[in-house]
Amino acid sequence: MTDSAAAGSSHRGAEGPYYGPYGGRWMPESLIAALDEVEQTFGEAREDEEFVAEYQRLCRDYTGRPSLLAEVPRFAAEQGAARILLKREDLNHTGSHKINNVLGQALLARRMGKTRLIAETGAGQHGVATATAAALMGMECMIYMGAEDTRRQALNVARMRLLGAEVVPVEHGAKTLKDAINEALRDWVATVENTHYLLGTVTGPHPFPSMVRWFHQVIGEEAREQMLAQEGRLPDAVAACVGGGSNAMGIFHAFLDDAEVALHGYEAGGDGVETGRHAAAITLGRSGVLHGARSYLMQDEDGQTLDSHSISAGLDYPSVGPEHAHLADSGRAVYEPVTDAECMTAFETLCRTEGIIPAIESAHALAGAARLSAAWTAEDPEAAAERIIVVSLSGRGDKDVGTAAEWFDLLDEQQERQERQERQERLDEDEQGDETGVQA
Amino acid sequence: MSITADAVEAARAEGRSAFIGYLPAGYPDKEASIAAAIALAENGADVLEIGIPYSDPVMDGPVIQQATTEVLARGFRMDEVFEIVAAVSAATDAAVLVMTYWNLIDRMGPAVFARRLAEAGGAGAITPDLTPDEAEAWIAAADAHDLDRVFLAAPTSTPERMRRIAESSRGFVYGVSLMGVTGARTEVSDAAERVVSAAHEAGAERVCVGLGVSTRAHVEEIGAYADGVIVGTALVAALRDGGPEAVAAKAAELSGRG
Repeated sequence: MTDSAAAGSSHRGAEGPYYGPYGGRWMPESLIAALDEVEQTFGEAREDEEFVAEYQRLCRDYTGRPSLLAEVPRFAAEQGAARILLKREDLNHTGSHKINNVLGQALLARRMGKTRLIAETGAGQHGVATATAAALMGMECMIYMGAEDTRRQALNVARMRLLGAEVVPVEHGAKTLKDAINEALRDWVATVENTHYLLGTVTGPHPFPSMVRWFHQVIGEEAREQMLAQEGRLPDAVAACVGGGSNAMGIFHAFLDDAEVALHGYEAGGDGVETGRHAAAITLGRSGVLHGARSYLMQDEDGQTLDSHSISAGLDYPSVGPEHAHLADSGRAVYEPVTDAECMTAFETLCRTEGIIPAIESAHALAGAARLSAAWTAEDPEAAAERIIVVSLSGRGDKDVGTAAEWFDLLDEQQERQERQERQERLDEDEQGDETGVQA
Repeated sequence: MSITADAVEAARAEGRSAFIGYLPAGYPDKEASIAAAIALAENGADVLEIGIPYSDPVMDGPVIQQATTEVLARGFRMDEVFEIVAAVSAATDAAVLVMTYWNLIDRMGPAVFARRLAEAGGAGAITPDLTPDEAEAWIAAADAHDLDRVFLAAPTSTPERMRRIAESSRGFVYGVSLMGVTGARTEVSDAAERVVSAAHEAGAERVCVGLGVSTRAHVEEIGAYADGVIVGTALVAALRDGGPEAVAAKAAELSGRG
């Protein structure tokens, strides 16, 4: 690669366990042997041609890779002068980028002789992908999901159960993603002999951050090649949403040594970082240790983890992958919060202008791209028109239609009133039934 | 000199294994948690573990999680730990360790945490999610304040890791009796004996066993080969159901004084 940075100063291919001061393996001793086994198996597998061929075959024939890189001119026109292209991970089988990592780790689990997969899930995307891989490979599967999230994402709960997985609602703590990870870790400590913990993002103890990134690097590698083939050049900026940060690391990685490509990560700003109700760990800027890795962490003065908040269950996590923390410190990538309101505006615009319903997670990246284009256009409209932003559209929004309907007040009020009335009538009848001793 | 090692050796001199009891700081409130810890020491505990409530306790089962979640919900702050350690260590002869997840030390800064713990009369800390691999800062801070540092050894630890754990620990090595989280179990796994002998072979002078220990029979069984026996959940459940008096009764039963 002629445009790569000089040898020795490359940001690419960081192996861990440390990324600057971040990362590591802050885990109970009981899990160290299992982490060593995963690390060793992954290290061997990635050098094994058969394994890599099997993984690539699944990516092609099962996931449907490569995913498209497609321009969205009507969406872009509403934001400013810059051109916007979407990396369509939403078109993958199961509807998000999550499947890339899941297929890779499921193959590793099989290689290690494990017969049971466990995973945490926030929005349900990773849980669905894991349940899918378990079904494909004939493995037992248990998914831990915060009770709050099982309510927000009921459709994905049903989907996982259809795929044969057991879904366990986690009632501890804030009942969201971080609590699901705690519960999955507790399961793993007791079952590590036959179970692989299929962690869904670039957080957690070594080797998860570098391994999960490796399985997602295909996103950026494809996007980079597609840009060169379709446009004859690299993009000016790449935008991705960041919760744990797996789709962002996946698409950023191929561009890390292309100094002319700006990398923008968008965190969940919730109600606004100033309100405290958000999930923007990097923006908040406090280093700490959670779930096995040192990184930026939302925590109070004592080090207790703070509850995060976002309209997007998939970004509702109080920390972030350690490699992102390092990229933020080094300045190679820039991270900014996007509020729920900004994100939902971008969500609605993409639906209306392009006929694509994005995941609310991915809509954070769309809002970020909109912000970039607007700023460039205000500065110099002619120069902005020459610029290209690639957005990682990490998932599709079918699961989010309920949330969006509520946000935009899309449900027909008359119909709602009628349903309420019918419910009341049924309740009245039941009560009468009880009074007369008739069984309902 | 290690306060914790002295406590375990004093038990050995009496021809028995040490009895080590865990209670969460501030549960059900500050005063009752102090009273319960003192009752525990007065009824046979040689070493006390004061657990610091944490938002994400991945090594704890439901009973301890529920207790520490309640403590956090009422606005527990770190200052309270040092007040409790000071009150308990002033009132008993037992060695008082804290048990804490790493981020709480990290946030305060290992040096400040170690100084405050030493000033409160604490003997040292057990760190369930800190292995020697990541412990450089903690070992330095603990050494600077002459504190004990107890690392965990697991049934799956390799001989190499066992050596590192034995070398890095001061006071004793915490042998994890089984693959799982805290919580009472009807039987103690046979992995416990293997962990103890592996840790001894790796050079650990004192190996105490915890996780799943809930009855006098368990204590006797483990005491036959381990230098100390650690009980947590059974004591927390007693405190929950019957206050400090129930802790006193349970401790007396477990230590064989009941």
